[in-house]
Amino acid sequence: MHELSVALSIIEGATEEARKHENAKVEAVHLKLGRLSGVVKDALLFSWEIACQGTTLENVRLEIEEIPIVAFCVNCQSNQSIEAINNLVCPQCETPVTEIVSGRELIVTALEICEKE
Amino acid sequence: MTQTRLVEVRQNVLKHNDLLARELRNRFEAANIFVVSLVSSPGSGKTAFLEKTLTRLKEKYKVAALVGDLETENDAKRLARAEVPAKQIITGTICHLEAAMVEKSLEDWNLDELDFLFIENVGNLVCPSSYDLGEALRVVLMSTTEGEDKPRKYPTIFNSADVAVITKMDLAEACEFDKQAAYSSIEAVRPGMRIFEVSSKTGAGIDEWLEFLESQLISNLNI
Repeated sequence: MHELSVALSIIEGATEEARKHENAKVEAVHLKLGRLSGVVKDALLFSWEIACQGTTLENVRLEIEEIPIVAFCVNCQSNQSIEAINNLVCPQCETPVTEIVSGRELIVTALEICEKE
Repeated sequence: MTQTRLVEVRQNVLKHNDLLARELRNRFEAANIFVVSLVSSPGSGKTAFLEKTLTRLKEKYKVAALVGDLETENDAKRLARAEVPAKQIITGTICHLEAAMVEKSLEDWNLDELDFLFIENVGNLVCPSSYDLGEALRVVLMSTTEGEDKPRKYPTIFNSADVAVITKMDLAEACEFDKQAAYSSIEAVRPGMRIFEVSSKTGAGIDEWLEFLESQLISNLNI
């Protein structure tokens, strides 16, 4: 389980970003999490609470948007959503897909802040 | 009056590791070293495979190895039997290697003198998948004594690898290893991935693997 290390990295990045908004309180951190990222949502949420304790982000929500796997099918010549992570074939024509378009994301996309004034 | 709003960030969570891995990759390329990382579950034969690979490669090339484990220096000692530079990275409680650990371990090695560097990750099929180590080739190993459906159970790490090696082929028969099932399982999570079958004990399949490594080294050289 490396979700705790991941949570600490999110805190580091978000804290740095939050410094740019001195007059604001961070309410939430928004994260895009791809299904192929190797990070498990529930484990990350669990780690998040622990990792935030005693930091400036204590009690801040982690809003996770899960990103499905999308791959380019050379046969259909189009992007296709892949349902099963352990069966990387085009849902239309069953051609194996090798070109992953999205699904590896592990990105902090936004901070939700509340301005005090 | 308070007002809640969203501030856009777009920051890769593992950017520190990714940046460091990129720097390492540039250093490796500049020094003309081909860097191979090995990932697998514990006990699938990474160290035996590496020992065999190092012993054979050192006849012709300058090779070295880094090995990651939570505790003990046993693997580095085993690899030292191959009489090549080998260094242990003890991660403590961390279940995977990170680029920073690799960088630190390289401090007193002269990269220009090496042709191949092998990095054996901690035995773990989950966490190492997220961490780029600056390697040119990531090899995932599975042994004939594990279930043929391992790739389907741990798709992310298999998907993140470049080639697969099936180890302990000498035990295939005794374990009633279903090769067809293993191949289709790998194909399902990483279509088109090249697969090698080896036995580190008998040496079967090692020649083909070494030829592949040599061809990779040559095609990566900046001449």
